[in-house]
Amino acid sequence: MQISFEDEKPIFIQIAEGIEDAILTGAYVEEGQIPSITEFSVNFKINPATALKGINLLVEEGIIFKKRGVGMFVQKGAVEQLKNKRKEQFFDHYVKNLIEEAKKLRISSQEILRMVERGFDE
Amino acid sequence: MNGVEIKNISKSFKETKALNDVSISFEQDKIYGLLGRNGAGKSTLLNIITNRLNADRGEVLIDGVSAWENSDAQRKIYMMSEKVLYPENMNGEAALKWSREFYPDFDMDYARKLANDFGLDLKKKVRSLSTGYVSIYKIIIALSVNTPYVFFDEPVLGLDANHRELFYKRLIEKYSENPFTVVLSTHLIEEIASIIEEIIIIQNGEIIQNDSCEHLLSQGYTVSGSASEVDKFIEGMEVIGIDTLGGLKSATVMGKIEASSVPDGIEIGKLDLQKLFIKLTNEQE
Repeated sequence: MQISFEDEKPIFIQIAEGIEDAILTGAYVEEGQIPSITEFSVNFKINPATALKGINLLVEEGIIFKKRGVGMFVQKGAVEQLKNKRKEQFFDHYVKNLIEEAKKLRISSQEILRMVERGFDE
Repeated sequence: MNGVEIKNISKSFKETKALNDVSISFEQDKIYGLLGRNGAGKSTLLNIITNRLNADRGEVLIDGVSAWENSDAQRKIYMMSEKVLYPENMNGEAALKWSREFYPDFDMDYARKLANDFGLDLKKKVRSLSTGYVSIYKIIIALSVNTPYVFFDEPVLGLDANHRELFYKRLIEKYSENPFTVVLSTHLIEEIASIIEEIIIIQNGEIIQNDSCEHLLSQGYTVSGSASEVDKFIEGMEVIGIDTLGGLKSATVMGKIEASSVPDGIEIGKLDLQKLFIKLTNEQE
């Protein structure tokens, strides 16, 4: 997990996405404990309020839950939930832009599909 | 009200006005960046807060009580300043014990642990330490006093990159586990940009910015691209600075930009605290 201060995304979003990635790759497992706010903020040298803001996004989405006095854990079913969310984002970010650019270049949907297959083969 | 309140403070030295009607407050449990160029008035302000200087006008309140010649109020504050005020022959260990006399919540075990982390030999005389280790010594005390308000005046002076990193990490750890008010006065703005929550910029003895870091940085953008495109795009905008490199131009503008109005070839970036500081405090317009 990496945080870039040059990145256009606010740091708290990067924290949330970094944790999501770690859950998707299995670095943080479902029902397992994740590092504390202190650990995140010390590690990335950020204000604890920023780390908390990022983690709270995931708490609101039901990806992370807090146990008072114990710590923070990955919710059961989080991986599936994240995959669905990322698929939606994949469509919005990549597919929509791809089609927009393809229209400018007058590439047909058949042609795009062939290109995608070629991409998978390479 | 809890916090350190500075009300209408003015201070002159002979002909020079060092502070002109300065009013700011440091709230409980927040991390502040107090920024200003050399001679802007930062140290004068810090010295007035800690009674080392007397203001011409105005007052400083600590938790609602006047700080002037009030040792109970002063014990709530620790100021890590540039000067070393220890006696000639005092070694590190003895000076830590001396700090404990004045600050009842001083954590001796934590101080020794920090000394070990930083590789500071407490048997050495404080006066014989190098610039970097003098800073480290003062950092150790500032992190161990456990007062509700801690002011750091140029905390990383002479520290190498590893020790600066260690300082920021210990500071965040301490703050996260047991919040207190932290005021960082430094020239290394980039290093503290992600740590501070509130930012105060002082210029020629006056406060020119007093805002949350997040809000301040959302007040503007950088616009870059080819010089002609950028010139066209920023027409009518509040431009606070321009950098050119060959045919490329990068403008720092304040205000909102509609994403839909941005033409191809123009790139919009976020403000960078250090750049913004330089633009705001640059007087050679």
